[in-house]
Amino acid sequence: MAKNPEHRDLFPGALEVMILQSLRLKPMHGYALVKHIKQVSDDLLQVEEGSLYPALQRMLREGWLESEAGMSAKGRPTRIYRLTDAGLQHLEQEVVSFARMFDGITRVLATAKA
Amino acid sequence: MRALNQLFGRHRRYDDLSVSIQEHIDERTEELMDEGLPRKEAEQKARREFGNVALIQQRSREVWQWPAIESILADLKLTFRRLGKSPGFAVTVFLTLAIGIGANTAVFSVVNSVLLKPLPYPDSDRLAALWLNAPGAGGLANFSSGLQLSPSMYLTFSEHNKSFQSMGIWAPSTASVTGVAQPEQVQTEMISDGMLQTLEVPPVLGRWLSAADQDPRGAQRAMLSYGYWQRRFGGDRAVIGRIIQVDAQSREIVGVMPRGFRLVDREFDLLIPLALDRAHLKLAPFGYEGIARLKPGISLSQADADVARLIPVWMDSWSNGPGTNPHYYKVWRITPNFHSLKQQVIGNVSSVLWVVMATVGLVMLIACTNIANLLLVRAESRHQELSIRAALGAGRGRIARELLVESSTLGLTGGVLAIGVAYAGLRLLVAIGPANLPRLNEIAIDARSLGFTLLLSLFSGLFFGSIPVLKYLRTSIALGGSSRTASADRPRQRFRNALVVAQVAMALVLLVSALLMIRTFAALRSVDPGFSDAAHLQTMRIWIPDLLVPEPLVVTRMQNSIADNIATIPGVTSVGFAGAVPMDNNDPNWDQIRVEGKTYDGGEPPLRLYNYISPGYFHAMGTRFVAGRDFTWADIYGLRPRVIVSEGFARESWGSASAAIGKRVQQFSDKPMQEVIGVVEDTRQHGVDEKAPATVYWPAMLNDPYTRQPTIDAPRFVTFAIRSTRAGTESFVNQLQQAVWSVNGNLPLASVRTMQEIYGQSLARTSFTLAMLAIAGGMALALSIIGIYGVISYAVSQRTREIGIRLALGAQRSKLSWMFVRSALLMTGAGVALGVCAATALTQLMRSLLFGIGPLDPVTFVTVPLVLALAALFASYLPARRAAAVDPVEALRSE
Repeated sequence: MAKNPEHRDLFPGALEVMILQSLRLKPMHGYALVKHIKQVSDDLLQVEEGSLYPALQRMLREGWLESEAGMSAKGRPTRIYRLTDAGLQHLEQEVVSFARMFDGITRVLATAKA
Repeated sequence: MRALNQLFGRHRRYDDLSVSIQEHIDERTEELMDEGLPRKEAEQKARREFGNVALIQQRSREVWQWPAIESILADLKLTFRRLGKSPGFAVTVFLTLAIGIGANTAVFSVVNSVLLKPLPYPDSDRLAALWLNAPGAGGLANFSSGLQLSPSMYLTFSEHNKSFQSMGIWAPSTASVTGVAQPEQVQTEMISDGMLQTLEVPPVLGRWLSAADQDPRGAQRAMLSYGYWQRRFGGDRAVIGRIIQVDAQSREIVGVMPRGFRLVDREFDLLIPLALDRAHLKLAPFGYEGIARLKPGISLSQADADVARLIPVWMDSWSNGPGTNPHYYKVWRITPNFHSLKQQVIGNVSSVLWVVMATVGLVMLIACTNIANLLLVRAESRHQELSIRAALGAGRGRIARELLVESSTLGLTGGVLAIGVAYAGLRLLVAIGPANLPRLNEIAIDARSLGFTLLLSLFSGLFFGSIPVLKYLRTSIALGGSSRTASADRPRQRFRNALVVAQVAMALVLLVSALLMIRTFAALRSVDPGFSDAAHLQTMRIWIPDLLVPEPLVVTRMQNSIADNIATIPGVTSVGFAGAVPMDNNDPNWDQIRVEGKTYDGGEPPLRLYNYISPGYFHAMGTRFVAGRDFTWADIYGLRPRVIVSEGFARESWGSASAAIGKRVQQFSDKPMQEVIGVVEDTRQHGVDEKAPATVYWPAMLNDPYTRQPTIDAPRFVTFAIRSTRAGTESFVNQLQQAVWSVNGNLPLASVRTMQEIYGQSLARTSFTLAMLAIAGGMALALSIIGIYGVISYAVSQRTREIGIRLALGAQRSKLSWMFVRSALLMTGAGVALGVCAATALTQLMRSLLFGIGPLDPVTFVTVPLVLALAALFASYLPARRAAAVDPVEALRSE
């Protein structure tokens, strides 16, 4: 996922959750998504275009997103991605399961230190 | 549904994707320009950061695709493009497959419809045909599949059995119907109560004939077949309750059976109640077919055992009249021998159909090997292309898949064409209508035959495709070297040789079977059937019902006048009539005859075939008198106690034909002696392949032997035999009709055919098998010749350089030709050896179809290998001559 060795690969599903969470705030187009994630994570996460567009298509296919014709911030025609109800549901499930996983990881790391 | 949406909606997705990506890059470019980069550099940087646009688009699009299928589609496109480039190859393969698979589909449809599908009755596996075994009954039980039931047996069995849900008996007949249109002879079935209940097919209109309709003194009723209803009554629903005259008897129509309903295997126009009169029933006659519906869970053998205990009950309950011994039939040793109704309907045709199925299957295998050979050659010419693709990174699986996609495409396309061929073939078959093929009206291409076609196309495609693939996988692909190989490498050539050997072996099996059938046919044709010049012998049946003419003497006089009228028609040289003519599947009677002064084992003489004939009948048929003379009309009207016997009967009884003249026979001990006045040659009553039965010919009018008081009796159902060069022409048949109608306008003609047609029908099974095997054998021979020719000429073309070198070094041209011919002969020899072994085993299966020769007929087993050797010589000589004509200079320069 990363050209840059400073950035780690996100584990499977993580990119989807980032995208879903971002679109939950407001519908966005591709470039805006990249910028949004980069900003919000304080440059810690950088989304690769090579992963973003296939991921968007997968999520469209799953019915989590909808796309519609729209305008970018600069007034050029593009496609805006919007979260669907199914997408929201999926996001909530994923967030719960992520939380449990982080919790587990943290505990294991804690015992290893002790 | 979603998959379809995906398939059709995806172009919109692709557009969306390009728009998004384009905007992404534009936006980044603008941002970079805001940071101070010039436009050109900003664009370049934005693109570099984004990565490979085409690849990302490709990967994003793949989300909407099924990659495996799409790449197979691409292979398909390629396949069709390549086939388009070599139309000769494509047409050859498609034609071979269309004919091969089409023949298989057609024959499979016949096998499926006739042998595999259940009979068209509900729960038809519970239907049984009630045949009896009677080894002691002599000729009565051995010419068919057993002894049939008598009406008294029906009553005993149906009242006392514990195995049947219902049972019934029936007998086919004909009747003349008047009062509807012209007097018309129609097919009727006389049915007992229980027949319709057993078959369980509801009427389309009205009701079934009921038990009440079986009262001989009650109201007379009838049912119509769908066809007769449509033909004579225009499908009028008001037909119920109408009265028609059947054999001068008024009958009320109570119901119509549905379209396609047959009484077991017979088409009919009318169903008439048998109306058995209990008071007048005797133990005999045994002329009725019986069927039963078994109770659920009862097997045929349980039913056999159940009915076996009823046979003594039957003999106790009935007699053959006062003074006769009701337990006489113990000598016949009657036992039930029930089989499934389906087996009864199919009869002996299954062996023929399976032989034909195996035959066309073999032809298909041969065709497949030929195509495999063609594909091998093609794969070799593509060696270079495949090597390059392998070098560029195509996996072996990928290339193998492409080859298999190509061959399956060939197979499936061939299969689609084959359905057309099969459909046409079946239409033709039904139109020709081999008389002895049962269930002909049910033959159709159904889902099962289509499934068979699909599987066969797929399997044959994979089969002939897998041979080049196997070879491809075995030989490592080396780039370059192949184009310069001086001669075909050994393993490649060996593969094709093996295919030719297999082909020759299969062709041998087919040709042997075909020749066996030809020899059988010739043997049958050389049998003297007991009549002559069948093509110029017209036959027709006339039935004089007793309601129309009650007096037997008048019946004979009418028949006599009809014969006299016919004799005056121009072109008629002789005319006569009889109860039945040979091979028309109609035996007038079987009964005992005692030869004066002879004692019999068990005290009872065996049963003999009876026929009832007019003067001039033998002359018209062309049946020779071996001794003595014919009846005269004076003998007939004088009721003189005289008989004519067949040569076989005379030899058996008195040692020779001439010794028989003047000897006496007697039907029952209380009946007068009859003098033998003539002996005629044996006739093959039941077909040329059945031994001629010993026959007694009675005069056409006689004292009824079955009544106590002398009563005159005459057969009312007779077949006229008319010798004329005009036999079979329409004008002649019209004149015959006039001759009959001038005697009585209510008499219809039935079964108007020449003796040649009857004779042809009795040979139909053999000629049908022969035709199928001859076609298959011819195809196999042609395919093998093409196969040998192809392999040798390919070898020659591959080895041109080697031949050139040999010639340059001084090889003799004739020796070079011989080298190729010899290799063809070696292959053929190996194929013949294999094929003879296979044929020895396989022809045993044909034993029941053969006549006059054994399955290991030496003439056949010598002729066929010789024919194949000659064919191989011919097929290899042409390319071998080309090898010898090679110019060494040209050959060496060409590379």
